[in-house]
Amino acid sequence: MLTMDKQNLIPASSAKASGMDDLQEVRAMIRRHKRKDILFASIGLLALMFALLTLLTLFIDLVMDGYQRFNMEFLSEFPSRRAAHAGLLSAWVGSLLVMLVTFLAAVPMGVAAGLYLEEYAPKNWFSDLIEINVTNLAGVPSIVYGLLALGLFVYGLGFGQSILTAGLTLGLLILPIIIVSTREAIRAIPAAIREAAYAVGATKWQVVKDHVLKYSQGGILTGVIIGMARALGETAPIITIGALTFIAFLPPSPIGTEAPFINFEWLSSGFTVLPIQMFNWLSRPDHAFHINAAATGAIIILVTLLMNGTAIWLRYKIRKNIKW
Amino acid sequence: MNSATMSHLSAIQTTISPRLANNVRRNVKERVIEFILMLAALSAVATTFAIVAILLYESLSFFKTVSLLEFFTAKEWTPLFEDAHYGIMPLVAGTLTTSAIALAVAMPIGTVAAIYLSEFASYKTREMVKPVLELLVGVPTIVFGYFALLFVTPLLQKVFPELPGFNMLGAGIVMGIMIVPYIASVAEDAMRAVPMHMREGSYAMGATRFQTAIRVVTPAAISGIVAAYILAISRAVGETMVVAVAAGQQPNLTFNPMESAATITAFIVQVAMGDLPHGSIGYQSIFAAGLMLMAMTLFFNILGHIVRKKYREQY
Repeated sequence: MLTMDKQNLIPASSAKASGMDDLQEVRAMIRRHKRKDILFASIGLLALMFALLTLLTLFIDLVMDGYQRFNMEFLSEFPSRRAAHAGLLSAWVGSLLVMLVTFLAAVPMGVAAGLYLEEYAPKNWFSDLIEINVTNLAGVPSIVYGLLALGLFVYGLGFGQSILTAGLTLGLLILPIIIVSTREAIRAIPAAIREAAYAVGATKWQVVKDHVLKYSQGGILTGVIIGMARALGETAPIITIGALTFIAFLPPSPIGTEAPFINFEWLSSGFTVLPIQMFNWLSRPDHAFHINAAATGAIIILVTLLMNGTAIWLRYKIRKNIKW
Repeated sequence: MNSATMSHLSAIQTTISPRLANNVRRNVKERVIEFILMLAALSAVATTFAIVAILLYESLSFFKTVSLLEFFTAKEWTPLFEDAHYGIMPLVAGTLTTSAIALAVAMPIGTVAAIYLSEFASYKTREMVKPVLELLVGVPTIVFGYFALLFVTPLLQKVFPELPGFNMLGAGIVMGIMIVPYIASVAEDAMRAVPMHMREGSYAMGATRFQTAIRVVTPAAISGIVAAYILAISRAVGETMVVAVAAGQQPNLTFNPMESAATITAFIVQVAMGDLPHGSIGYQSIFAAGLMLMAMTLFFNILGHIVRKKYREQY
């Protein structure tokens, strides 16, 4: 670096001419460099602000476009041909049920996989294979999961275009997120905790269940929330499995009035979810429907931001509070 | 045997063997649990295999009808028309054009933001901005689709009046904005990983912050920064909703950002929205398109890992 700046740092020609000139030249150079520093810092701040202000603009734009639909009717009406009376009832109920399936499928599986990789897996090619797979799965475009689900769940296993299919698809999609966050949470636990448990005669599973899992649950929860927020906003894979966009009915209730009070008919029901309803309204030429799309977008963004915000806050709290 | 020994033996049997039996039971339980956990971990491998198997299986049926030569050289992609053509190139062109615009927007802004965040911003600013960047990464892409179609495109039309309502420019720009937080966040991580003594060495020689950032920190973190770019390309190529909403649905062999063109992902969405019979050539065509997409993103993902591994600086 110095060699590149030689001319600037030591003005060789005038070095012996006069000391006064030298000093002034050096001062001028320092001023020049400081100006550059400030200039770049402002450009950097601008770039950063640009990224941050965009979200703000986007959110304000959505709220301004859609504010007239923020009322209870919007949440309690089915979609309709008339934009002003169309609502989100089937979409938010569908989202809720799909997320329930996703949660039940992805969380036990992801946590178990994370536990195995951190606590049990021997260091050999087999574990490497699993690790590489998890990393790669995180980089697979979400629409490819949709194609997988279309071939495997919809036609291969005959689940049809149902809540079950959608839930499992999103479950596979967020599996890497949950595995990775589980592993990170487990890795933060010092070995001394495990050794103490072993020393009093605990088996491996007892150590894992009573100590490792217990101390990592905050970190795991963070990953679960981020994963669920992702699942809520995902559109492409659910479109690919062929979810219908115009649903004017609710799936059968999961809770029955007579024994055994739980039924599973809703799993095979047709459905729509919030982002698909938004996509449907957005792709219509009629501007009145764009207002509905904006209102839906504002709701989706609000819920995902709240979920992600909670997760980040939670992680911050954990980092700050836990001192081993 | 006398009775004393007998009672002694029975005492052993009653005291030790239940514990031994318990031990055996405990060991079996431990093994079963380990096996179950391993199965869960294997689900990741199974998912990868299932993805590859399904894509290959349906694509093989597709390539029984369509030759590979036609797939890669034909200039039209109209698998659903009476007069069907099966050239993937128009979709690839759309995908590459939108991704290139996105990268042109996201790379400079993301890199500068990362340098600022890592080298110029105060500790407090950084601690505040990092979570916000993470929040931005989590915004659902369909919302960005809305932004591209109804906010950025009308804005662009004021500058270019002849711009069509669906165009690759608007979609690409929004996709770029979407990727900025990702690049900024990953590149910043790479720069923070550069050890402090390298900066201190540079400052000690009289370098300014800017000189240190550009000539010391950035070269040292270049592998991480380039990996961030490559992973961003992979994201742009696989991005679906922004282009499906805002770039148009018509396959169009062009690299002109002012035109509308379908990407690989937009085509899959378009077909899936319709009601296509299972097993038809149209149905198979989305798997062939998906295989192409998978191949492209896999290429970039692997390249990213190689860059990160190979050019990792040893401090």
